[in-house]
Amino acid sequence: MSATPNSNGGEHKLPSEHYLNATYGIRSWLLTTDHKRIALLYLASVTFFFFIGGIFATLIRIHLLTPAGYLVTPETYNKLFTMHGVAMIFFFLIPSIPAVLGNFLIPIMIGAKDLAFPKINLLSWYIYLIGGSFVLYSFATGGLDTGWTFYTPLSSIYSNSAVTPAVIGIFINGFSSILTGLNFLVTVHTMRAPGMTWFRLPLFVWAHYATSLIMILGTPVIAITLLLAGLERMFHFGFFNPAYGGDPILFQHLFWFYSHPAVYIMILPAMGVISEIIPTFVRKPIFGYSFIAASSIGIAVIGFIVWAHHMFLTGEATYAAIAFSFLSYLVAIPSAVKVFNWTSTLYKGSISWDTPMLYALGFIGLFTIGGLTGLHFWWPKITGRLYPEFLARTAAIILFVGFNLTFFPQFILGGLGMPRRYHNYPPEFQVLNVMSTAGASILALGYLLPMIYLTWSMRYGKIAGPNPWPSTGLEWKTASPPLTENFHETPVVDWEPYDFVHRPDLGLTGSKPKVPGKLSPAHGDD
Amino acid sequence: MHRTGELFGQYKTLDQQKETATLGMWIFLVTEILFFGGVFLTYTINRHQFPTAFGIGGNMLSLKLGGANTVVLIASSFTMAMSVWSAQTSKKQLVTIFLILTLILGTVFLGVKVVEYRDKFVHHLIPGNSFDVTYCSKNPAVCDLSGKDLDDEVKEIKEGIETEGGVTALNAHAQLYFSLYFGMTGLHALHMIVGAGLLLWLILESRKGRFDANYNTPVENIGLYWHFVDIVWIFLFPLLYLINRHLA
Repeated sequence: MSATPNSNGGEHKLPSEHYLNATYGIRSWLLTTDHKRIALLYLASVTFFFFIGGIFATLIRIHLLTPAGYLVTPETYNKLFTMHGVAMIFFFLIPSIPAVLGNFLIPIMIGAKDLAFPKINLLSWYIYLIGGSFVLYSFATGGLDTGWTFYTPLSSIYSNSAVTPAVIGIFINGFSSILTGLNFLVTVHTMRAPGMTWFRLPLFVWAHYATSLIMILGTPVIAITLLLAGLERMFHFGFFNPAYGGDPILFQHLFWFYSHPAVYIMILPAMGVISEIIPTFVRKPIFGYSFIAASSIGIAVIGFIVWAHHMFLTGEATYAAIAFSFLSYLVAIPSAVKVFNWTSTLYKGSISWDTPMLYALGFIGLFTIGGLTGLHFWWPKITGRLYPEFLARTAAIILFVGFNLTFFPQFILGGLGMPRRYHNYPPEFQVLNVMSTAGASILALGYLLPMIYLTWSMRYGKIAGPNPWPSTGLEWKTASPPLTENFHETPVVDWEPYDFVHRPDLGLTGSKPKVPGKLSPAHGDD
Repeated sequence: MHRTGELFGQYKTLDQQKETATLGMWIFLVTEILFFGGVFLTYTINRHQFPTAFGIGGNMLSLKLGGANTVVLIASSFTMAMSVWSAQTSKKQLVTIFLILTLILGTVFLGVKVVEYRDKFVHHLIPGNSFDVTYCSKNPAVCDLSGKDLDDEVKEIKEGIETEGGVTALNAHAQLYFSLYFGMTGLHALHMIVGAGLLLWLILESRKGRFDANYNTPVENIGLYWHFVDIVWIFLFPLLYLINRHLA
């Protein structure tokens, strides 16, 4: 199987056997241990929750069209933004890139047949479903009005909404995240192909390694915190209840100890996606490979010591506030390292404006839409087919416009003094609110379009071939879609990452470049 | 499901398979440390806030039962370590025997815990409406006061009421202590129950002669888990039972 650097893919044929047609039937999916199929199971479920969260968002935006708010009662409005947050954060944003793209790509990128623990991988999906069912049950039986933050004593004592099943659901779902992180960490440590040294790992893998660190170190803390809040609600234990001398602020500390790093669970994998895409569409090695790799770890570490910046209004000590402000600025450094390196990669590169690149450039400006970016980039690998490029570029631009039109007015509104989570507002804020709602409608179109043409392409898209862009990672050396074992033979890596100049196996025969900052490039490091 | 030395498809060698499983268990234990870390932090902060009420609460626990359980659990760690050693040296019969001993000791621990919980119920120390930390000082016939002198108990409670600023405050803060006591020991007991289930599975496997020098990963890794749960108790025992004993 030779990887032809062919961007049209017209004459390619699908491989006769691959992971999608290896076995058939519902059981072959529900009992699969293939990381690629589990990734698709996750893709379906996170998309479902994205829709649920999207419906709540739609209702919120419609409600805010008028200053008085004409759609729902204030109580219902509280439930809407709470359920929007819970669905989107715990069941979409956190699992989306790691559990879908990470699951699909990490084993292939490092030249392994599967993750270290395929059965635990499947288990994590079922845990996600069970947790999700509890939360949906809560939504259906009275909803939830505590905000996604579950602050005590509102959540533990005063709220009359269905807090208990929601807390149980999120507690259970946490273990899905923990198991995914654990699986990734062990996989990267023990399953790399010969020659795949740490500093030859794709930056996508580095980003997921850092994400996994947060998942295993942070998620247990939110689990115990919600468990304590749940026990308080169910059995009148007094951990955070001032009536017993318990401290509600302690809940906030514990909550944000996870929930701030969780922001990086959402963003780091997206940054990994961008680091793969930029060099591919610029046709040159990524600038500052080891700095980008280290910045992922840096973000994961510093991300754990900034949490109290969510609590400036709780009366925390001035010196604590100063320290946490300073540390919060500190975390901007590794993020900026990434942006500067991506930008430097663009410099004097031969930029092509394919859909993934449009998204990637949009991402550098916005920091949010990495998931769709990666989905477009690896879609030909996942399905073996190309999506219609013109529609996809259009959708990328619609999304960018819609996103900015939705959220910039909200930033401005915040600056003018309209707090979040309010169900009504003074009349002078109406124009900006209407703009935001209009933007949200455009955004919805920008999400629906890919949903339609990606689904369409699964059957009617052009055959992609193994390496349509072309790019340099191991995942592009195997068939699209890959076979169940990913590779016929375990690959041996004897090239540096992102080498777009001298890769005879890809038909690139330029002079061998010097890649700076490599540690012992010629040897495995086991 | 496991056959001795069976190599699962995703691995290249048995060594890699074993290394992977062991690393997975260690990482899992790291997540457990963070999990228990949250409740240890909650305990520490509240203890710092209400040292008197927490001291009184701690002195209501039975030193005899808690101490005996500590010995039982350390002994179970020893038998667990012995079963790992037996597997590594291919003494297949000994593996099973030591696993059974470990399970028995673990069950004894849980049994003692049930007795302790029952006592707390009788002594009105379950958080809720009938919670009353002064109950035992008023009803010495019901409580055996864990070997304490009644006069000492009455004196301790009296001082506690003074320090905390009233019997209501003392009860509230002592209730916080017992929330943490049940939360922490309950979580620990839950881990013991899971461990007992794993031991049961190991015993069934071991009786088939599955574990020897070539293949013993499950014994080693469940052993790691068992030791971890023991270590949690090694921290719980002094924190919950011992800190204020000298004042009792």
